[in-house]
Amino acid sequence: MTTCENTAGDSVVLYTEHLSRRVEHQMIVDDVSFDVRRGELLGIIGPSGSGKSSLLRLLNRLDEPTSGTVYLQGQDYRELPPRELRRCIGMVTQRPFLFPGNVAANLRFGPRQRGEILSDEEVTNLLERVGLPSLVDREVSNLSGGEQQRVSLARALANRPEVLLLDEPTSALDEAARAGVEDLIRGLVTDTALTCVQVTHDRDQARRICDRVLVFNGGRLIQRGTPEEVLGA
Amino acid sequence: MLKSFFHTQLAFGLAQAAIASALALGVVVLARRRNIHLERDAAIALVRGIVQIVIVGSILILLLKGPQWTSVFLLAGMILAAGSISARRAKDIPGAQKISTYSIAAGAGLVTAVMTWAGVIDRAITSIIPVGSMIIANAMNTNGLALNRFHSEVMAHAGEIETALALGAVPEDTVAAYAESSIHASLIPAIDNLRSLGIVWIPGLMTGMLLSGSNPLYAAIYQFVVIAMILASSGLTSLLSTLMIRASVFSPADQLVLKAGLSTRGSLPGHQ
Repeated sequence: MTTCENTAGDSVVLYTEHLSRRVEHQMIVDDVSFDVRRGELLGIIGPSGSGKSSLLRLLNRLDEPTSGTVYLQGQDYRELPPRELRRCIGMVTQRPFLFPGNVAANLRFGPRQRGEILSDEEVTNLLERVGLPSLVDREVSNLSGGEQQRVSLARALANRPEVLLLDEPTSALDEAARAGVEDLIRGLVTDTALTCVQVTHDRDQARRICDRVLVFNGGRLIQRGTPEEVLGA
Repeated sequence: MLKSFFHTQLAFGLAQAAIASALALGVVVLARRRNIHLERDAAIALVRGIVQIVIVGSILILLLKGPQWTSVFLLAGMILAAGSISARRAKDIPGAQKISTYSIAAGAGLVTAVMTWAGVIDRAITSIIPVGSMIIANAMNTNGLALNRFHSEVMAHAGEIETALALGAVPEDTVAAYAESSIHASLIPAIDNLRSLGIVWIPGLMTGMLLSGSNPLYAAIYQFVVIAMILASSGLTSLLSTLMIRASVFSPADQLVLKAGLSTRGSLPGHQ
């Protein structure tokens, strides 16, 4: 079976080529080309309606590009089975959408789709990575907003993704929880060389945690560079 | 009182229709006084209703005198119309009409065929057409309810469904729970009809049999038979349509195709 496992060790994990999506005569993503390097946190910023989230949905093929494509490990992602592609390109959304049940069941969901069973030790390790080691058996309905988002992050990590897409993961959280999740994401990228693409409307957050930033407006990529270059010091 | 003025059944029927229409128009006038304007819709519906039913009655006069095999074509025509009507409940779902028609044909068609073969439904055209049409009409309603509920459930849970897809789930599995709840919800009217049979309502078929002089006990039992057949055909139709519709809400690339709007689906308001 075709897989997305990295064997080449290239620094560019994912790149897009003239990626576009038109919906009802409106270009919501318009001729976008960029790359994502291994172990970096790439920020996508721009005003509401600029196509940030729409771009993210194209990257793991939740929506279909009208033209252009995405390459993962140098391979056109349309050649990969969609379920395998989504294992390789994980996603964490603004709302965590945890499944009814306990935390462990949520973490086991992704691997179970491929017939894999996460051991208790693996579940505990994942929860330790997101700073929630004691919540294995906790019902998800009894978690705070910040805890839910951390569990959502651990659930995506359970699939061992090559790239993790983060769609405003802190925007629905209060200040304290937001800072905690922000530190966690930056820590995962720095400590484990996780590759992340994060949408945010918060320019300060982009300045604090991103390695590079892409600026969108009207579906078009209008500026790119380091946070200092794009947003100033 | 009315009978003394009209000496033919047709004239008597038209007089009855006029009085019933006047009563309906009276309600429309009452609604108008409360600033609720139903005049146009009610007038069109009344005219359309009487014209349609008179045309159907005229066709039935011809068909009921024809050979038995014509009933197959008549029932097939009803199934096609039923598929088209109930698919409107889920017109956003690709292939809804085809799925509805196949499901009603299989559910209502199979039950009608088996029951006719077993002798439960008389092969005479005067029996198979009215009973078959009741079975088809109820299968149509159940199918419409199931598709409508499934459509609403999928739209309401798009975020959960796409989260599961993003974790590598099999598309059909992500909507299985919504298909099950749709089947259950669509069968509530049929089950309630069976439960309340004879207590809350005495259906038209039984009333007709009583008026035509049938044994009341046999009329009652046969009415139960028809309602039970309706439950069977409705259940089968609903099961089949929700089974087929599960795959229809996904593209070949396992993308949820039902759209709540531009691609902000699953996002919070104002979030892009």
